Amino acid sequence: MKASRREILLDPLFDNNPIALQVLGICSALAVTKQVATALAMCVAVLFVMVFSSLTISALRRRIPPDIRIVVELTVITSLVIVTDQVLKAYFFDISLRLSVFVGLIITNCMVMGRAESFAMRNSPFPSLLDAIGNSLGYAVVLLAVASVRELFGRGRVFGVVVLPNVSDGGWYVPNGLMELAPAGFLLIGCFVWLLRWWKPKQQEARDVR
Amino acid sequence: MFGEYAGLLTEAIFTQNLALSYYLGMCSFLAISRRVETALGMGLAVTFVLTVTCPLNHLLYHNLLAKGALAWIPGAAEVDLSFLMLLFLIGTIAATVQIVELTIEKVSPKLYAALGIFLPLIAVNCAILGGSLFTIERDYTLAESTVFGFGSGVGFAVAIVALAAIREQLRYSDVPAALRGLGISFIVVGLMSFGFLALSGM
Repeated sequence: MKASRREILLDPLFDNNPIALQVLGICSALAVTKQVATALAMCVAVLFVMVFSSLTISALRRRIPPDIRIVVELTVITSLVIVTDQVLKAYFFDISLRLSVFVGLIITNCMVMGRAESFAMRNSPFPSLLDAIGNSLGYAVVLLAVASVRELFGRGRVFGVVVLPNVSDGGWYVPNGLMELAPAGFLLIGCFVWLLRWWKPKQQEARDVR
Repeated sequence: MFGEYAGLLTEAIFTQNLALSYYLGMCSFLAISRRVETALGMGLAVTFVLTVTCPLNHLLYHNLLAKGALAWIPGAAEVDLSFLMLLFLIGTIAATVQIVELTIEKVSPKLYAALGIFLPLIAVNCAILGGSLFTIERDYTLAESTVFGFGSGVGFAVAIVALAAIREQLRYSDVPAALRGLGISFIVVGLMSFGFLALSGM
């Protein structure tokens, strides 16, 4: 049974989310979610790399020898990341400064590689394109949700706009330093998964008792 | 001399644990930690790849890519190829992973099936690229980078086996249905990383 194009595009948003269900791309989800603006820039960069890597790999899929496919896939992804990095440095220097190391992290974002390996290698370019867009959006949903919570409680702002005035600026809110540390990222993604599966019980895991 | 390496080793295993202090390699960390047995296999594979790639990338960087490394070619003393660094590092890693994959497939088909897509994904395990980047950034010598690679791999293995052990016990506890599996694992890892934060003196 082949999934329809609509399903390929929209499923990764909530029904088959790359972070919450496929367990892909978590490292960067922890690293860049302290502020919404950084998270958003990261999502755009990932979308770009995903789309072009899926297209390229899917177009080349019959020519890539299976034994060295990892090397080929990574070369494609790495070249795209280097291009993204150079473009950001040339045209969007502010964003590039803010993202700095994280652009390099896209290479090791297992979501890009994971989708290349499990989808683009087996499907033609157009469905692969839809799959890439869908998964990037699913990734963005989680990143932006987690980043909003962390920025709101860690700094009293959302997207740089003051929501809860800090004590240091004469307001009443004492920022919660915990939100700035990575354990908070784990706990929040855990809670996100909890909410998602409470809403979509089909994703719940069966009791695993021998 | 020996003490220095021992210090580096404990540092890499505990206080600077790649998984729990730097949050690298999280995807396979969470996905492969369901059973202690497979977690151990994953830990060993990562240890092997890290021990091989850290010194290899060290050699590659200092003899080919760093500024002035090509000085033995007339007129190339000023060539700086470090913008190609990521491509080279990833190339070494991917080749090593592919060798490991072929070996495991031949030697233990059961482990191969259990690791599934996460075996090729070791190549994009950020812990491994992170390990190589750290050895270059911190200017380790060749011996030091071997020790560091090995120690980091052991540290990752310790962390993933510990998590798998906790998850095996969790099976008998009454976790809310929606939190079962992945959700509770995130929370467990969060709590574990609080512990490791304490090791580095937070």
